[in-house]
Amino acid sequence: MTDGRIVLQQVRRALSIAKKDIRIYYSKGPVIIFGILFPLFLFLSFAIGRNLSLDFMMPGLLGMILFFTATAISPAVAPWETQARTLERLMSCPVTLPTIVLGDVLASFAFGVAISFIPLIVGIAIGISVSQPIILAFGLILAAFCFSSLGLIFSATPASTPSTIMMLSSMVKFPVVFISGIFIPLGDLPQWGRAIAFVSPLTYFTDIARHSLQQNGYLPVATDVAVLLGFSIFFLVLAMRLHQRTMPRRI
Amino acid sequence: MPVGSTVIEVRNLTKRYDGLLAVDGISFEVREGEFFGFLGPNGAGKTTTVRILTGVIKADGGTALIMGSRAGSLKAKQVAGVVPEMSNAYNDLSGWGNLMLMADLYGIASSEAKKRSESLLRALGLLERKDSLVKTYSKGMKQRLILGMALISDPQILFLDEPTSGLDVQSARLIKELLRSLTESGKTIFLTTHDMDEANQLCDRVAIINQGRLAAIDAPEKLRTATSSLHSVEVSFGSAVPLETLEKLSGVSSVKKLGDKYRLYTASPGDLVTSLVNYCCSCGLKIVSLSTLTPSLEDAFVALTEKEAKND
Repeated sequence: MTDGRIVLQQVRRALSIAKKDIRIYYSKGPVIIFGILFPLFLFLSFAIGRNLSLDFMMPGLLGMILFFTATAISPAVAPWETQARTLERLMSCPVTLPTIVLGDVLASFAFGVAISFIPLIVGIAIGISVSQPIILAFGLILAAFCFSSLGLIFSATPASTPSTIMMLSSMVKFPVVFISGIFIPLGDLPQWGRAIAFVSPLTYFTDIARHSLQQNGYLPVATDVAVLLGFSIFFLVLAMRLHQRTMPRRI
Repeated sequence: MPVGSTVIEVRNLTKRYDGLLAVDGISFEVREGEFFGFLGPNGAGKTTTVRILTGVIKADGGTALIMGSRAGSLKAKQVAGVVPEMSNAYNDLSGWGNLMLMADLYGIASSEAKKRSESLLRALGLLERKDSLVKTYSKGMKQRLILGMALISDPQILFLDEPTSGLDVQSARLIKELLRSLTESGKTIFLTTHDMDEANQLCDRVAIINQGRLAAIDAPEKLRTATSSLHSVEVSFGSAVPLETLEKLSGVSSVKKLGDKYRLYTASPGDLVTSLVNYCCSCGLKIVSLSTLTPSLEDAFVALTEKEAKND
């Protein structure tokens, strides 16, 4: 079999793993409801009383929902499978470890994208206009992939208890939200604040969303897309390498 | 009996865990169509060996080839079906869903997968419960499903790690019957177990592993008979006989008192029976019962693993 056919075959099997993840871990009422409500209420707790316009709030809310949903379940899949001893079964199937990681990323990606459509549709229904829908759609897809890959980095810790991983991921996720220009636009941040914001991948998606919804992003769209793409590749490769290293300690 | 070409080839396989040698340079071959048993006490290195052969973990040294491909490679995994040690079907999927997932992961076309799943579920007595979530299955049903998941790809080699451990009699029997029929159809089976009866009933050859090293490898019957010092004669007399007197009889290596019976260990039970009869005639002692015992595979296993431990 040629290398190209092997890659294609492994991508197909990654999709099967993603389908399995969605059916087992994502298609649960509480997971879907929590995916919307948690970031919504977190956002409202900071936005209410600050006299912010709906146009300003929408990109931030969209960014938060996408970020939290795409990193909500993926960190816990590997510990759950370790606990249930289904990981050994997967490892003995004709799939590589990167295929398993990619499958988990794709499930998280699909969940993130699907949930993000809900606030977007609600926003459009109450009068928010999307001036650059293609850029927004492209940014949303890229960011969902990027954040899902980040989630898989958290799950590389060889723990079999999901709570350990969730605690670890929360320690990273919450600070990221506060440094990403969601509550304060990048242009209003002091220079040191902007320097910190540029470390967060969420900053670039929020900026893309501001371009598409408010037409006033801080960075050029091409820069946002290029950096998000760079983060996505970096997170995915790092997640695969870390899982390669820690997997023997899970089994 | 093994007649085919080599399908599993292991040379100097080594695996360490935190400095502890779990598998210590073992070498063996399994031939096509063979039912090969891999026996050993808990912690002997059985599961580690199977995990290396099935590509779940990597060896630290040596080579393991599955049908000529490196163990753990996609080619090697594609030709093997695996029943791992612990029950591990997806509880939140139905039996059917688990089989379809496995079929997808082995690249089996949907129509073929459906046909095979139905036939496997029927053979495993699970067809009526195919749409129930696995979390509602009993342990025996889960284990039968896991065997089905291993067979969905119609593998040439089947690895089973303690497949009947802790199962009810019916499930264990059904699995054993299915395994027998699989070897009859030419599949190669690699079974790890510490159930001597199971190994004795099913296997063409067994390897005994202890403390990471192979203690013996042969047909069960040959291993039993080769342990000649474990042949014995069990006898009970009309009145008590001092142990020292029996120990002095020709050919007796040791004597054990078991209730009102004596078990005399010897390399030649026929000669011992003659000596016993002569002894009883000479002193007017009545023999109430007498039987010769050949060692069981369990006796051979204990003797071989104890011998290994003493050699250390």
